[in-house]
Amino acid sequence: MAHPKRKISKSRRDKRRTHYKASVPSLTTCSNCGELKLSHRACPNCGYYAGRSVFVPEG
Amino acid sequence: MRHRVKGRKLGRTASHRLATMRSLATALFLHKKIVTTLAKAKHARTFIEPMITKAKADTVHARRLVEVHIKDKEAFKELFGDIIQKVGDRPGGYTRIIKLGQRRGDAAEMAILELVDYSDIVEKEKPRKKVVKEKAETVEEANVVEETTETVEASEEVAEEAAPETEATEEPAAEETVEENAETEETPAEEAEPKAEEKKEETSDKNEDEKKDN
Ligand SMILES: [Zn+2]
Repeated sequence: MAHPKRKISKSRRDKRRTHYKASVPSLTTCSNCGELKLSHRACPNCGYYAGRSVFVPEG
Repeated sequence: MRHRVKGRKLGRTASHRLATMRSLATALFLHKKIVTTLAKAKHARTFIEPMITKAKADTVHARRLVEVHIKDKEAFKELFGDIIQKVGDRPGGYTRIIKLGQRRGDAAEMAILELVDYSDIVEKEKPRKKVVKEKAETVEEANVVEETTETVEASEEVAEEAAPETEATEEPAAEETVEENAETEETPAEEAEPKAEEKKEETSDKNEDEKKDN
């Protein structure tokens, strides 16, 4: 089996990892209650999606 | 390469997967709207939609084809009665998936799977009932407690004012402390009883949710 000839230096390893980033969640405001919510998902605050009540939130 | 590989395994064996699909289909026909993980909802679509298409024919043959999967008599009746009627001649696309975000615990993406022709169903009854029940019960209990404490009520105001002082300093009078004891015994009982009932309701709700979850 093939083996690496050289140890990957810290610099090289870290340079590779510069592209590992956390992505920003795509947030929008709810058209019903105005809270911030994830896009393309029902609003966890009021339970609305696409102008229609999908579920009744607890409390 | 996963070219032309259909479906998903859902981390289950073939028989386990089939059983899951059957129970999801049964639950959907019974309740018209179920909450599952997004993966299960998407996979269940490919199982449920062809079944409804077959059921639309409403022949003996169609009934036997569906019978293979739907063992629950209530769900079966619901499908060949109400659901078929409501679906009418909709050319496929009987179900809708609405994403709900990730659940706590394993961060699985959750979704609502519902029949398009039953979109008007919203469970608004559940929370309303809860609130009304709790209020009614607490009011009844309060009335009972009030009746018993009527005799003490006259001296209550005086005792309440004196209460913080007596905690800091030593006991000033024997009469006041007796009345305070009577109050402190009653008030915790009043608060504790409704709490216990709330917990019972919550646990029963949780059980219902778990049933829907599969
Ligand atoms: Zn909202």
